[in-house]
Amino acid sequence: MYNASNLRKGLKILIDKEPYVVVDFQFTKPGKGQALYRCKLRNMINGIMLDRTYRSVDSFESANLEQRKMQYLYSQEGHFHFMDLQTYDQSALSAEQVGDAKNYLIDNLEVDVLLFDGRPIGLTLPNFVDLLVTRADPWAKGDSVAGDSKPITLETGYTLRVPPFIEEGIKITVDTRTGEYVTRVK
Amino acid sequence: MSPGSNDPSSLLERETLAAKKPNLRLRAGLVQAVRHFFTQRNYLEVETPYFIPAPAAELHIDAIRAGKGFLHTSPELCMKRLLAAGYPKIFQVCKCFRQGERGSRHLPEFTLLEWYRAETDYLGLMEECEEMVVFVLEELGLPPRLEFQGRTLDLQRPWDRLTVQEAFERYASTSLERAMESGRFDEILAFEIEPSIGFPKPVFLYHYPSALAALARLSKDAPGYAERFELYVAGVELANAFSELTDPVEQRARFEKELAKRKEQGKTVYPMPEKFLRTLPFMPESAGIALGVDRLVMLLSNQKEIDPVVSFTPEEL
Repeated sequence: MYNASNLRKGLKILIDKEPYVVVDFQFTKPGKGQALYRCKLRNMINGIMLDRTYRSVDSFESANLEQRKMQYLYSQEGHFHFMDLQTYDQSALSAEQVGDAKNYLIDNLEVDVLLFDGRPIGLTLPNFVDLLVTRADPWAKGDSVAGDSKPITLETGYTLRVPPFIEEGIKITVDTRTGEYVTRVK
Repeated sequence: MSPGSNDPSSLLERETLAAKKPNLRLRAGLVQAVRHFFTQRNYLEVETPYFIPAPAAELHIDAIRAGKGFLHTSPELCMKRLLAAGYPKIFQVCKCFRQGERGSRHLPEFTLLEWYRAETDYLGLMEECEEMVVFVLEELGLPPRLEFQGRTLDLQRPWDRLTVQEAFERYASTSLERAMESGRFDEILAFEIEPSIGFPKPVFLYHYPSALAALARLSKDAPGYAERFELYVAGVELANAFSELTDPVEQRARFEKELAKRKEQGKTVYPMPEKFLRTLPFMPESAGIALGVDRLVMLLSNQKEIDPVVSFTPEEL
């Protein structure tokens, strides 16, 4: 149980039986009046944003959330399957729940899967992932529009711009938070 | 040089504090100017204890426990006891403490300027408040028209006056009566009214519903309202004032009501401030005002938030 005075950015609470994370938070208190906590909350299942104002008398249940280390196995019919590294139990996330993270999901990648009441609802990737370049055209010199970069395609199908010296068949490191090229893997 | 003095967090602290220097200088000058204003008007500067056995019973003001007592949430009760004992003009600049108050304009430990004056009422204090701020501006060498967050602030007297009723009619999505009934007064004031008032001229918002003034005298000419005002400058609540209630029976009844509500909400129930109630019949007709010093510094130094005007925030300790 939390009360309004526990509200902070990043706090996870239960609203209408669904988990929400506080993404923005503002405390105010008009003279001699009650404390007001104006929050922006994100539904951790469907990502929908919610604006709510709470008062000091309001209380919340904490969301039963758990992070588990899992290994990515395969995708099938729009679902992504993972295996719990401790229990060997398998869980699946929908394409919607995985979102852009699909650009980095390669076999055996270890990720943190977020469970709500034991059900998987999302995942957190490692900050850096090494991926194989499956398609890279030779750099056309003098292509001034493109500048000093060229587009390539990775093994996951993700396309991004990299420096001209990156060739097919090598591995590069990508920052999963920005989706950008970091370095060539030696 | 001590070990660790080059670590990044120590560097950041030194940079943050160095950047605050103009604000802290203005703050020091402002407090001096405040003292000058009151002493030349024959006010006596007083100091009352921070550590007290019984804070004023107000539903929404939570005192911080300290040993067997509390840290004061304002110097109100002790200053009124002085008033009752024949100190007709007193002022104090002190730290006050309130549990859980932390936001862009709130600190759990903050500086209050509080003053009391016998033989006047809340209307008299509106004028004195205007005079005080204008005096401070002159002492600091600041012009009466200032820039605050991209807007012009015109501090020349006289300032605006607006009743709470008018403010609801002008800026709120519902009437004052409906807001009181639904318990949404604070919300509407904070989110619909406050951002729209107090510029270019500061405004005195007055005539609060009597239920919202635990220590104020009820208005003689506006039934149902208390002789209380709040001063807003550029949407920032700067001061709260009222004509003081001097009826000990009425005061005890209001404290009891507030304490009952605190109990109902599971909050700390403070002891009754008996010594204050005993001395209340001797208090002259008077008015008192509390003004947030940190916020005045914010306004005069064009700072949107309270953090840059204090040397250390609680998180930085």
